[in-house]
Amino acid sequence: MVGVRNKLREVGLTMPSFLWLSFFFVVPTVIVLSIAFHAASPDGGIAPGFTLATWRSISNPNYPAIVWRTIWISALTTFFCVILSLPCAYAIARMTTKWRAAVAGLIMLPFWTSFIVRVFAWRTLLNPEGFLQGLLSSIGIIDQSVSLNYNSGAILVVSVYSFLPFAIMPIYAAAEKFDFSLLEAARDLGARSFFAFRKIFLPGVRRGVISAVLMVFIPAIGSYVIPDLVGGTDSELIGNKIYQRTFPDRNLPHASALAGLTAVAVLLPLGCVAWWMKRQDEREAKRLAEATSRRISGGAA
Amino acid sequence: MKDDFLVFDHVTKRFGALTAVNDVSLTVNRGEFFSLLGPSGCGKTTLLRMLGGFERPDSGRIYLEGKDITDLPPNRRRVHTVFQNYALFPTMTIWDNIAFSLKLAHMDGKEIEEKVEEILEMIQMSDQAWKYPSQLSGGQKQRVAIARALVDRPQVLLLDEPLAALDLKLRQHMLLELDTIHDQVGITFLYVTHDQGEAMSLSDRIAVINRGKIEQLDGPAKIYEAPASRFVASFIGDTNFISGEIVSVEGDYCFIKTDGFAQIKAFNDKNLATGQRVGLSVRPEKIRVTLSPPPPEKGAAINVFPSTVKDIVYQGVYTKYWLDANGVRISALKPHSRFLLDQEAITWNDKVFVWWHPDDGYMVEEDDV
Ligand SMILES: Nc1ncnc2c1ncn2[C@@H]1O[C@H](COP(=O)(O)OP(=O)(O)O)[C@@H](O)[C@H]1O
Ligand SMILES: [Mg+2]
Repeated sequence: MVGVRNKLREVGLTMPSFLWLSFFFVVPTVIVLSIAFHAASPDGGIAPGFTLATWRSISNPNYPAIVWRTIWISALTTFFCVILSLPCAYAIARMTTKWRAAVAGLIMLPFWTSFIVRVFAWRTLLNPEGFLQGLLSSIGIIDQSVSLNYNSGAILVVSVYSFLPFAIMPIYAAAEKFDFSLLEAARDLGARSFFAFRKIFLPGVRRGVISAVLMVFIPAIGSYVIPDLVGGTDSELIGNKIYQRTFPDRNLPHASALAGLTAVAVLLPLGCVAWWMKRQDEREAKRLAEATSRRISGGAA
Repeated sequence: MKDDFLVFDHVTKRFGALTAVNDVSLTVNRGEFFSLLGPSGCGKTTLLRMLGGFERPDSGRIYLEGKDITDLPPNRRRVHTVFQNYALFPTMTIWDNIAFSLKLAHMDGKEIEEKVEEILEMIQMSDQAWKYPSQLSGGQKQRVAIARALVDRPQVLLLDEPLAALDLKLRQHMLLELDTIHDQVGITFLYVTHDQGEAMSLSDRIAVINRGKIEQLDGPAKIYEAPASRFVASFIGDTNFISGEIVSVEGDYCFIKTDGFAQIKAFNDKNLATGQRVGLSVRPEKIRVTLSPPPPEKGAAINVFPSTVKDIVYQGVYTKYWLDANGVRISALKPHSRFLLDQEAITWNDKVFVWWHPDDGYMVEEDDV
């Protein structure tokens, strides 16, 4: 009886979030994907009847290249965001409470300005006539002919700028809970400060880093404003393609299929990483169990 | 000084307007169990952190085996700390925690294994090596923290209130264990505590610190029996502290005039002169309380004062009496034994005699306040 009641309780407690997720996430995803199995109607809508024609047209070698570029730029963005966030989060967590609040406020400050406006500002900054180009070429770091704007590099720089707060915040949240006396203990036992940072601080804020990776990587994959405004013709990302199919071309099945392709392209590597990490944990647990039993039987012998 | 093992030479450390450590000079001998004892906030941790390399003194130098280590970073000193909160690395197993310093020293795998196993054996935790710190009890964490700091045989082991987080029973057990470990490894221990009981039972020598200054540096018995100041007398154990002025000197003894009391006779070991203001410390366990006056043959040789019993607190090992001797509050202890039954029982408001031998009072000079 008690078991049944507990079961009911559990269902009752998880039901709301389950319904929420299915209603606002699973159902829309299924709808979007199902659109890809229809043809586009001439008036820009969805024609009745089942077809695989859209999926076949996706296999055009252009698309995998764009998906690959999207993943690559997103991965680089994530990497630089995390690398820059670690020292930032460390520094903020070591400040006094008063300073912490002020600096955290400064990091959130850009959100008071429209995202589009900020990307436009970068476009101006990176313009061939712009400030950066002038500065860098006058001190001879770059040639006047090199373009800062309209290429993958510009997308990367602006993406890192835009997503940086999303990486700093979760890592800072983890760093705030980190026990800094552990770093002193490491130093005390003979570690240099960078070694202590890498071996003690980094594992200590692991969860924050994982959140940061997800918080940056996932929106970066879907970004289309940044590549649209500062990217060039040869640096289109999958977001631009989906936008193009949805609005100018009015080919919703094609857009849906591209969205599906992207989802697979993202979930597959993430799934592999998750599986690999789980296996590592299991191996570690097994290793520890074996070592312990060996020790105990060894001790008895 | 160069030949001494560990030397603090006129070390001062300020935090803003506050002087946490004020011109401290002390010498610790090799292999010694040395304690820094003082109330919370007196600068013990700061002193320890300067030796660990986590704080830089504002002035003064620190020498270890003749070498000036004042400006070395923590990782360049062969000095390890047992932190109050243990500071075990939560993402590493016990084994990896202990092996940490050995790996940093690039010792080869075989040797690391031997040393870790050996020290695990010493703390009797060989079967726990593959657990994580979160799976251990407080006492076990404590032992791992000690093992981790000892495994590569530092020149000095620093312990900052290592037992403060443990409950009483465990604390007493760890006290014995610490003593044993110190005997086994023969490494110099520098032990910080605000608990005089811990310091007394473990230390070869104790530095009593108050407001960043050393008040007294001596062996435990000397500190208890012959406190150098009023602060030491009242901080170490319980005492009756009576202020007064020397009115006459008679051979090795002198007479003190106090407020309320008649003259008190005390051993004048410091040859203080008439007119000197002094504080007299008399430990409660040295005071006797009886219903009848002391035997006449003791006569004028001892201090006797009629008093009234104000309070009696039974404490198992002994009973504590609070007495009023002509307006002065006196505490006295009486251990329990079969002999007590042969005497009349003392109760509240009894008129009693309080007496002690002049040798049992200890005088410290007091400046006029
Ligand atoms: N980093 C610091 N900044 C400012 N004041 C400090 C700092 N560390 C210690 N203090 C102050 O110095 C004094 C001595 O502290 P501490 O050495 O920790 O005392 P103890 O260990 O004897 O309790 C205290 O008043 C404390 O508030
Ligand atoms: Mg302290």
